[in-house]
Amino acid sequence: MSAVPSSAREEQRSADALLSIQKVEKRFSKRAVLCGISLDVAPGEFLTILGESGSGKTTLLRLIAGFEQLDGGEIWMGSERLDEIPAYRRQVNTVFQSYALFPHLSVFENVAYGLRAKNAPRNEIPDRVTQALAMVKMSEFTQSAPSRLSGGQQQRVALARALVNRPRVLLLDEPLSALDANLRRQMQTELKSLQREVGITFIFVTHDQEEAMALSDRIALLRSGRLEQVAEPREIYGHPRTAYVAQFIGQTNLLRAEVRDGTATSGSIAWPAPGPSGPAMFSLRPESIRLASVASASPSGTSANFHGRIRNQTFGGAMDLVEIDCGNSQAIRARVPSPGTLSGQQNFEFNAGDAVRVQEGSET
Amino acid sequence: MYSRTYKAGVTIPPLLWVTSFLLVPYAILFCYSFWSVSSLQVVVHNWNLQNYAQLFRNPLYLIVLLRSIRIAGAVTLLALLLGYPLAYYLSFHAAKRKDLLYQLVIIPLWASYLVRGYAWKTILGSDGVLNGFLQYLHITHRPVEFFLYSPFAVILTLTHIYTPFTFLPVYASLEHVPRNLVEASHDLGASPLSTFLRVILPLSLPGILAGATFAFVLTLGDFLAPLLVGGPSGIMISNIVVSLFGAAYNWPLGAAISFCMLLLVVTLLFVTERLEKRFTIS
Repeated sequence: MSAVPSSAREEQRSADALLSIQKVEKRFSKRAVLCGISLDVAPGEFLTILGESGSGKTTLLRLIAGFEQLDGGEIWMGSERLDEIPAYRRQVNTVFQSYALFPHLSVFENVAYGLRAKNAPRNEIPDRVTQALAMVKMSEFTQSAPSRLSGGQQQRVALARALVNRPRVLLLDEPLSALDANLRRQMQTELKSLQREVGITFIFVTHDQEEAMALSDRIALLRSGRLEQVAEPREIYGHPRTAYVAQFIGQTNLLRAEVRDGTATSGSIAWPAPGPSGPAMFSLRPESIRLASVASASPSGTSANFHGRIRNQTFGGAMDLVEIDCGNSQAIRARVPSPGTLSGQQNFEFNAGDAVRVQEGSET
Repeated sequence: MYSRTYKAGVTIPPLLWVTSFLLVPYAILFCYSFWSVSSLQVVVHNWNLQNYAQLFRNPLYLIVLLRSIRIAGAVTLLALLLGYPLAYYLSFHAAKRKDLLYQLVIIPLWASYLVRGYAWKTILGSDGVLNGFLQYLHITHRPVEFFLYSPFAVILTLTHIYTPFTFLPVYASLEHVPRNLVEASHDLGASPLSTFLRVILPLSLPGILAGATFAFVLTLGDFLAPLLVGGPSGIMISNIVVSLFGAAYNWPLGAAISFCMLLLVVTLLFVTERLEKRFTIS
């Protein structure tokens, strides 16, 4: 692998990538944590690395920051080989999950830390710190000790402390996970607008798929050290590549079907499905399923009808979650506008295009 | 809520202990310091300040006290210079060897103080290991007398004995430095040296203070090491107290010196505790 000249490797990277992660491997003792991750990050992008705990997402972030050493592969930033320089020389800053504010320094000194460390001109420091604190609405806490601040306020200071250095990439390690739900939503909005304002590339790690979809330009879904899918939120939600992605992002029904002559059949349900014949797995989002009137029984070219017994109904405000027993082994879940209480046999329909063919993937 | 019997049960025993073994003896000591010894070698209960006056009139006491403080200061400094890097290495870089090294530091604490004192005597003496070695290498032709029976020998012995006491609190404080702060510092562009000076060192100050206090106070009150390896020039203030309570039979003067020492140490402990609190960040 090392025989490939570095110029050839550079050609492999797409020209407009700011950060290029290539075939990155990481093991802890003998356990493989990351197995050949390749990912390009564009300048100004908000990329989310999404995954369950233990998927390796934080490890990937720590590799970019320089807190861990690679066991294989390369990380490039522009024309610079990032993984060969120590953490303190990388133009990357991190917002830690636990904030990691220096407890013996004031808010001002915390934010000024990076500027002082890099010997920024002394007369610039106060202005830049003040500006950064204003950006995160923490101007009035300049002289406070970090321990006096609430979690949300500490989060803001941590953000200012990182952004004041004008990094080329900002890494955020589940920065909102310690906040309560309301504050979390508020910070999500602010984070997104902040990112647009400063135009810095954000790499955001989270296990929360809703957060990922709300914030990201692109989502990289990591599973057991491998990238399952990298796509824009709408794409990853609408066209999950694998069954795992479909289940991880939002709720879905996984239908095991047999495709023959352009028609897929799963139990009593049949719908038009292009593509090769044979057994296949489909993902059908609960909200794609509608209640249908009994009359429209004739199957048109683009939709599918089925009927089943209501097994369970959960009130959810505007939309109710309904579990339908169609005689298959598993119940089908549908999210329908609150119809009042349903019971007995009901008719349902969905657009054939909403049943998305997914790869089953290995169940590990 | 605890019952009154429970509360009494847990408070009274320690209270009794402290009163009978600490407060009462100190009170007696305090009384003694105002009494005097008659020509018939009997302690007379005539209250006066003669003993305290003598402490300041006779330069011997002040000289020995200052020497004791100097020795204590030197031991403190050396114990920190040895203990801190060791603690730092163990806490941050020892990885798998951590437990083993920690035990190796602790084990000497289980050996008797006297044994360690005598060990230095055999090393430093005129026919000791060190002199034998130097003569074997022809660096010296006669035994060097300076090694034993000098303040140097006292400092060496006490540094050896009290370094683990300095190491322990420093190590504990280093273990409490959150590792993500070190990462944050690197992340913000600070080199390892700069990170040490600006994050690790300030956050381990409480441990440094506690360790320094241990070494200083224990050395200041030490009388065995000067007795074993100090010689006349290595006499410390506690040796004077010992002789005043023993051969010289002047308990009142001994009590006065003891009480001054007690005052000095209590003030020191008070100040360092305040400082430790100031540097400890919750």
